[in-house]
Amino acid sequence: MDTNKCFHCGNDVVKKDEIVFDEKKFCCNGCKTVYEIFSQNDMACYYDFQAAPGATPLDIKGKYDFLDNVEIVNKLLEFQEQEMSIVSLYIPHIHCSSCIWILENLQKLSTGIITSQVNFGEKKVRISYHPEKTNLKKIVELLCSIGYEPYISLENYGKSQQSIDRSLIYKIGVAFFCFGNIMLLSFPEYFEVDEFWINKYKVFLRWLVFALSLPSFFYSASGYYVAAWKSIKAGLLNIEIPIALGIIVMFVRSTIDIIFDYGQGFFDSMTGLVFFMLLGKLFQQKTYSFLSFERDYKSYFPIAVTKIDKSGEEIPVQVYDIEKGDRLLIRNQELIPVDGILISEKASLDYSFVTGEAVPIEKKSGDKVYAGGKQLGKIIEMEVLFSVSQSYLTQLWSNDVFQKKVEQKHKNITDKISHYFTPALLTLAIISFMYWIFIDTNTAFNVFTAILIVACPCALALTAPFTMGNVLRIMGNRKLYLKNATVIEQLAKVDIIVFDKTGTITTNKKTAITYEGTELNTDEIKLLKNVLRGSNHPLSRRLYDYLPNQEKIETSSFEEVIGKGIFATINNQIFKIGSSQYLQHMSENTHKKTKVHIEINGVYKGSYVFNNQYREGLEKLFEKLSQKYNLVVLSGDNDGERKILSKMLPEKTVLEFNQKPEQKLAFIKNLQDKGKNVMMVGDGLNDAGALAQSNVGIAISENVNVFSPACDGIMDASQFSKFSFFMNFSKNAMKTIYMSFAISLLYNVVGLSFAVSGKLEPIVAAIIMPLSTITIVSFVTLASNLFAKES
Amino acid sequence: MSVIYLLITVSIFVAVLFLIAFIRAVKTGQYDDDYTPSVRMLFDDEVQPRTKTITKKEEQKPI
Repeated sequence: MDTNKCFHCGNDVVKKDEIVFDEKKFCCNGCKTVYEIFSQNDMACYYDFQAAPGATPLDIKGKYDFLDNVEIVNKLLEFQEQEMSIVSLYIPHIHCSSCIWILENLQKLSTGIITSQVNFGEKKVRISYHPEKTNLKKIVELLCSIGYEPYISLENYGKSQQSIDRSLIYKIGVAFFCFGNIMLLSFPEYFEVDEFWINKYKVFLRWLVFALSLPSFFYSASGYYVAAWKSIKAGLLNIEIPIALGIIVMFVRSTIDIIFDYGQGFFDSMTGLVFFMLLGKLFQQKTYSFLSFERDYKSYFPIAVTKIDKSGEEIPVQVYDIEKGDRLLIRNQELIPVDGILISEKASLDYSFVTGEAVPIEKKSGDKVYAGGKQLGKIIEMEVLFSVSQSYLTQLWSNDVFQKKVEQKHKNITDKISHYFTPALLTLAIISFMYWIFIDTNTAFNVFTAILIVACPCALALTAPFTMGNVLRIMGNRKLYLKNATVIEQLAKVDIIVFDKTGTITTNKKTAITYEGTELNTDEIKLLKNVLRGSNHPLSRRLYDYLPNQEKIETSSFEEVIGKGIFATINNQIFKIGSSQYLQHMSENTHKKTKVHIEINGVYKGSYVFNNQYREGLEKLFEKLSQKYNLVVLSGDNDGERKILSKMLPEKTVLEFNQKPEQKLAFIKNLQDKGKNVMMVGDGLNDAGALAQSNVGIAISENVNVFSPACDGIMDASQFSKFSFFMNFSKNAMKTIYMSFAISLLYNVVGLSFAVSGKLEPIVAAIIMPLSTITIVSFVTLASNLFAKES
Repeated sequence: MSVIYLLITVSIFVAVLFLIAFIRAVKTGQYDDDYTPSVRMLFDDEVQPRTKTITKKEEQKPI
């Protein structure tokens, strides 16, 4: 293990703060304390499964006071009785086997806890405890103290427990049971030998097969009948109609066959068909349980905040109960839930949830503060202007886009094909029936049913699910997580792409830093870097990383004024680093750019300017995309970057600045009204409206485990330069589907030629059906993997 | 009664047992989380207090 890393959390140990305990190094007191807790309880093997698995516990004093409120706790609990209460908590830090181990051994740390169970995929821990021996607040505080702070948001409040829908799994289980046994039992009759023993047992075997087909016919396939009935009612000809028709006809005809001893029937093909189609459904249902695509402001907002009542007492109050005129107390790292006026002298608000901009904004007493900002630094006080639902940010959610149940907005590709397929099939069946009825009534019925059986579009119905399912997986491996398979079809249809600016095409991570002012000599830079080492402010950290490595010198005095800057003495030189107000230096355009000013021994030297840096490969990407798509950049910022952007991006790119969230939404809607298929790429909550309105909304996220607004897909920011690959890939996926449609139609033609001439034997159906399925599945899997490799 | 009736009945009966077992497994949520159990089974049931490095040094002493 690297000796300079903290034993608990793996961060670099700063020499000044280093703590050595039990022969191990720790970066801070918090990490040491967690280690102490674990080693005292004989739980130090937490560190054996994974090196440095922990997180530094944060200061949470008072943050969870609202958990004393019985009403709020009741809403959070999953189950509650005198002997036992159960709660499920979402813990974002869960990431390795050590996490599972420690969280499942919580009962060793607190006697009130009975058991705890981790669901790694969902990053959740389910804890059952004795309500008499401990309470939720104590448990949450325990979790925080060992660095596993749960995330409790307004979303958890009063959410009814959803039961998990497992019916598809049951149906597949039953279908496979029927299919397997029927295949085995109908096998002897395939060879049509007139042997004594077959003739003897034929009747028994047939009726057994009939009995076994019942669960598959009535239970497993039931979804298709419902879907077909719905589409008939809606006047649509989708793929479910021929499927349901095929299954029913197969069942009825096979039953008649065995009653009148015409043959063994098609029970084997029928159950196989049901099984394969359900399997296709399952394959398409790839979900990313650790991601949520349905988030709104509720997932960001706290359940309760601290209110100061008239007598000056601090009481926790539920967010929905906040009224105009209330006074609220917002602590460090807490989110402002409503619009209001700042009463405290100063606040430093991080609006990265809303805008994607990481640099905090300074507010003064009397300024209006908007909901969604996170306070950094000292406790502030504010007076409420609007309740939660009337606040500026949350009002966006009253827009119609969010009220609509997002049903399938568009006809999918399979339905489009079946729009032609279904009538053609029915016409063929009727024509053949009319032809045969003049020759032989018996054959006429035979042919009619045989056509419907053989043409049952099993392969056709499987094509799209298997292709989409596979494409979804390939994209997921490359860190584009789509909500469901229909998004791929939408991706292929897009003709205009709208990008948000801040946080989407720019990155917060690597900011290009330039220096303005009197040059600093190497000695001064050396001292500057050493001063910055002690600061945790994001800008100082960035500047620290930017400056070249220097030898280490201790500061003789160091003072950090939160939200302002640093005042330090080093080698008898006085450094003052921070904002322009702090240094009392006003330059012309200080408010337009993010700057850190430097003053040494009372002389103003200059400032480091943090430029918005555009993501790597942006120019190339836009050039590539502009050949096929119309591009728009929609920014909430002022147009300070217009010149740079118009130089960097292709000429045709439309640039729009000063766009408020509702304007972004309206902009997208306007394009759609003109008949365009719009794709929105954004990141913050201010894009939420546009993301919901667009045909495809993709959220870019630096860390996919952190929350992103409701959307159709979440893309890891590192993949941004490969954006055009995904666009091409979705188009190729559609191509694959069309090709395999052709193959499956070919099988249908072969099968139909048997059917029309009245020669369809059960064995032919039993061969064609699985053969076509296997061909289709392997074809689409190979083709989509090949397309993924190509680019 | 021919043995084939018996055999087929027994085989179907066994198959039904497996189907029931499967349905019960799904119902109790065994398929809801397919990752965590694979890690959990590797943990020791009882945590042993870790032997410190000092004891190792003592062992190295020649007898």
